[in-house]
Amino acid sequence: MSLTLEQVQRIAHLARIEISESEAITTQGHLNGIFQLIEQMQAVDTRGVEPMAHAQDLSQRLRPDAVTEEDRRTAFQAVAPETEAGLYLVPKVIE
Amino acid sequence: MINASLKQLSRALATKQISSVELTQLFLERIERLNPVLNAFITVDAEKSLNSARAADARIAAGTAGQLTGIPIAQKDIFCAEGWRTTCGSKMLANFVSPYDATVIRKMESEAGLVSLGKTNMDEFAMGSSNETSFFGPVKNPWDPSRVPGGSSGGSAAAVAARLAPAATGTDTGGSIRQPAALCNLTGLKPTYGVVSRYGMIAFASSLDQGGPMAASAEDCALLLNTMAGFDERDSTSLDRPLEDYARDLDKPLNGLRIGLPREFFGEGCDAEVMAAVRAAIDDYEKLGAICVEVSLPNSHLSVPAYYVIAPAEASSNLSRFDGVRYGFRAEDYASLDDMYMKSRAQGFGAEVKRRILIGAYVLSHGYYDAYYLQAQRIRRLIADDFVEAFKSCDVIMGPTSPSTAFKLGEKAADPVQMYLSDIYTIAVNLAGLPGMSVPCGFAGGLPVGLQLIGNYFAEAQLLNVAHRYQQATDWHLRWPDGLA
Repeated sequence: MSLTLEQVQRIAHLARIEISESEAITTQGHLNGIFQLIEQMQAVDTRGVEPMAHAQDLSQRLRPDAVTEEDRRTAFQAVAPETEAGLYLVPKVIE
Repeated sequence: MINASLKQLSRALATKQISSVELTQLFLERIERLNPVLNAFITVDAEKSLNSARAADARIAAGTAGQLTGIPIAQKDIFCAEGWRTTCGSKMLANFVSPYDATVIRKMESEAGLVSLGKTNMDEFAMGSSNETSFFGPVKNPWDPSRVPGGSSGGSAAAVAARLAPAATGTDTGGSIRQPAALCNLTGLKPTYGVVSRYGMIAFASSLDQGGPMAASAEDCALLLNTMAGFDERDSTSLDRPLEDYARDLDKPLNGLRIGLPREFFGEGCDAEVMAAVRAAIDDYEKLGAICVEVSLPNSHLSVPAYYVIAPAEASSNLSRFDGVRYGFRAEDYASLDDMYMKSRAQGFGAEVKRRILIGAYVLSHGYYDAYYLQAQRIRRLIADDFVEAFKSCDVIMGPTSPSTAFKLGEKAADPVQMYLSDIYTIAVNLAGLPGMSVPCGFAGGLPVGLQLIGNYFAEAQLLNVAHRYQQATDWHLRWPDGLA
């Protein structure tokens, strides 16, 4: 398997990472090298093997649906690039 | 005092031979003098450290101190620490001052009273094996500054090896505690997945990430793990188990210990001098009463390929949070919301992080999920089952930690695949979720060699025992690099 330049650009778009043509070409080379390594997996017959998502096969713990955190909006928004009146500011999306 | 063990430092503090403020100053002075050469720390804040030291001295005076109260420690910059800049080695977080503490920080500093000396350099978002992907520049190996310290916890490793700190924290997703420990002559422990809370530990691959101690000896690691481990309801994968004293078995004799030697770890692909040091260490274990048995991990050659699907898949999902909206870097100029995301992420992430996000996005995308992601998870099961089988005939598994000693800065930086292969012996342990250690076991060409110990689930105390008895019989772990006095 080998990724085309268009595929690299498509993935970069999916991942919301701007990529120039020259970066895409370098990236294509690196990714194809990495996928060559990954392709070793394809030779293995894994029929009937249960996929392992997690090191401990435990179910997710549940907790009571109760408020446990205090309001720390000011502290959390202090690290935001842009806020106003307690809201995060982003470029206009609706004209 | 600089090379003292944590137990010795604890005694010196308890008997008022030295105060925490004096001890902290001693290490801060070394950081000031040697960090410009090594680049082991990203952030140092002497006033903050000295405030914590004063608080520790007050606890000691009041008789409310714990065993490690007042002892300085270096924290990997992946752990959020309130009021400290927490960068994760990335431009994306270069100005991020954390509004909260990671559980590991809270337990070690607020509860145990350890004093933070600062935040250590690391590969960007812990993605790397050489510390060269850090936005803050590479770390130099104290044993030879033209070489890498390993990664991703390379700043922590260099800091402890050069005695800029008595001990440090690290995190290990594919070998990031054990490999730098091996390359810098330290003892490092990656606990069983779920033993140390991941809350506030910036996520790379959530099903693999695990924090642990890096120090000069197994005994130091045991004392540190006692402060780090424990159930945390804020981490959904934290394991609710009774607390343990990880130092309880340190002195147990090793008579009859069965050491499994996987034939796959003793074949091709390892430097001959590294292998000779590992073999000599195993001979020493036999003299200590252990018995060697051959075991097999037939799918271990698939661990690197499976890892480079699973870890990037999880990373691409975890790192989607960096969008320039709530925290972190935002590009200066952009035309729309989408453009702001695209530019902020393009400018805020380095090349290796972008590569892994792209791999992850691809293997999770429609039409490729089964062939890559699910296949990798099935192979992960095969790898974990190999260990279950191997542990039927042995108590611990041993082999090299890294196939080579510390390589030259720049040597592997241009070829991601070569870099990835430097973790061939460590990655399977993360996939299985088992505990693993690296222990100094000799030198090759003047550079340190690490012996890897792999234990069964929750066998941390046993691993520490196996490492400690070896360190009672050998002095590799007591050797320090020259020229850094």
